Amino acid sequence: MNLNTAQPPVASAAPRQGAARVLRHVWARNMGRFALVCVLLLLACALFAPWIAPHDPIAIKAALRLQGPSAEYWLGNDQLGRDVLSRLIYGSRIAMSVAFLGAGGALACGMVLGLLAGYGPRWLDTVLMLCCDSVMSIPMILFALVVVALVGSSVSTIILIIVTFMMPGYFRVVRSQTLVLKRMDYVTAARGMGASGLSVVVRHLVPNLGGTLLVLVAMDIPAVVAIESGLSFLGQGVQPPTASWGSVLNDGYAFIRQAPHIVIAAGLPIVFATLGFTFLGEALRDALDPRSTGGQRP
Amino acid sequence: MLFYLFRRLLLAISVLLVTVTMLFSLVFLVPGDPASVALGPRATQAQKEALRQRMGMDQPALVQVGRFLARVATGDLGEDVLTHRPVNQLVARALPNTLVLALTAIGWAMLLGIPLGCWAALRPDTLADRVIGVLSTSVIALPAFVVAIYALLVFSVGLKWFPAIGAGHPGDLGSQLHALVLPSLTVGLSWIGYLARLVRASMLEVLQENHVRTYRAFGLSDRLIALHYVLPIAIVPVVSVLGVGIGSLLSGAVLTEIVFARPGLGKLAYDSVISRNFPVVMGTVVVTAALYVLANVAADLINARLDPRLRQGL
Repeated sequence: MNLNTAQPPVASAAPRQGAARVLRHVWARNMGRFALVCVLLLLACALFAPWIAPHDPIAIKAALRLQGPSAEYWLGNDQLGRDVLSRLIYGSRIAMSVAFLGAGGALACGMVLGLLAGYGPRWLDTVLMLCCDSVMSIPMILFALVVVALVGSSVSTIILIIVTFMMPGYFRVVRSQTLVLKRMDYVTAARGMGASGLSVVVRHLVPNLGGTLLVLVAMDIPAVVAIESGLSFLGQGVQPPTASWGSVLNDGYAFIRQAPHIVIAAGLPIVFATLGFTFLGEALRDALDPRSTGGQRP
Repeated sequence: MLFYLFRRLLLAISVLLVTVTMLFSLVFLVPGDPASVALGPRATQAQKEALRQRMGMDQPALVQVGRFLARVATGDLGEDVLTHRPVNQLVARALPNTLVLALTAIGWAMLLGIPLGCWAALRPDTLADRVIGVLSTSVIALPAFVVAIYALLVFSVGLKWFPAIGAGHPGDLGSQLHALVLPSLTVGLSWIGYLARLVRASMLEVLQENHVRTYRAFGLSDRLIALHYVLPIAIVPVVSVLGVGIGSLLSGAVLTEIVFARPGLGKLAYDSVISRNFPVVMGTVVVTAALYVLANVAADLINARLDPRLRQGL
């Protein structure tokens, strides 16, 4: 007898739908198409940066200082004469790796803790909820500034901060879904047939959370991109001469009057990344659950 | 209600306690030693020891945390390492600027977001509704500091409509308001979009209910129904969302203050992080966290007042 056939009403039926069908659904909408193109372009830039970038992102050419866009340097040059376009293309490596590792790490930790809280003893639930509420009450950017000032900034520090602050979101969703799911008949049946707690979690709860969490990750990536580029913009993120969208933005901010082309160019990838992933999240949500109409928090 | 208030406050205080303890342990117990960071690489061992002693850092960790909590509870946030002024004073001077910024941002959101959402809900699935939907989703996603920089570039550097930096001249309300326009719109922009979406969804839900059909049957105009009978119900979720959102609003305000060089809490925290002035950093973060928790309590209380069912759970 296959107990998996019972349809849970809360979670989406993602695993049974097939990725191709979901992608077709996303592509069918204008915004979904825009989102897919944005995301794929950014991923391509991140993966193939050395082949795509026309120039060396850290090569200094004093003669080209603050030059506007030209045929050879499409987005102009920064205050050290470096090619802005190449710096932005290389910047997508930092942005995308931080985004995926940060959101992925938060997802993994939030999932484990959420399952523990939802499925485990009551006191553990209370303690974990209190910790989550506390983390959520600290403004992330301030906290990140403090941590970076103390331990020095590196990509791994930034990822760690992001995981810490993004985790409560996943924790709450997984916990509340687990609380609902664990009372479903098919879970009770599985337990009645002698399934251990762990096997119920792995075989019944996790698969049913998949769709919801996929949408959450897509919706969270814009926030992660914003934090990484925000920290780099403040000079507290990725350290020079490594290019990050935020650090290019910061270079341009200092010369906003003389050379506005740098800020204009440096803001665009952040805009496209945040919009692309947000609309991808929306399209995925519609594809996975046609009934949904709700909004997300900024 | 009184019992609910008591329980809610107790929860808020425990959240704040955990927050402060976490922050404190992080700042003072991780590898980077604040005393040597604050004094720079050329400080002598004796100088470091003296500062450590003044900051109470020669005590065991638990004593330090306890003392810090006791001090914060009495409203003493410590002393600026560089100028020896009390941190309270610095925070008290910066706080109004940030509060004004945050409240004006919320004001914009309510002023523009609620009517937009309402307007869109009355013509669902038309082109206007879809445009508002896409726009509001977009502004929710855009990071505030990128919006701030573009706004600065267009309206201050390009068109010269608004001042690029500062919070206006002290005592001159006109110039202060003038300097507030761009930053508050920047911080509020994502909230305009968010409230528009929220109000639209909530209006559409209420419009389906039976009592609305009854009003229609009695021949009331759509406009009257929407404004007098639907909107007041549909607006309830906005309150709780605003309370929860204060945290993200303050985060947005930090970066916006830095872009526009407004002397608020965010700028203070950033400057003191740069100058390694940890007591000031701690002070600002604790005050911001307290603000956030307070806003949450206030939102919960208003919600409990509006919806008695909420008083049961917690």
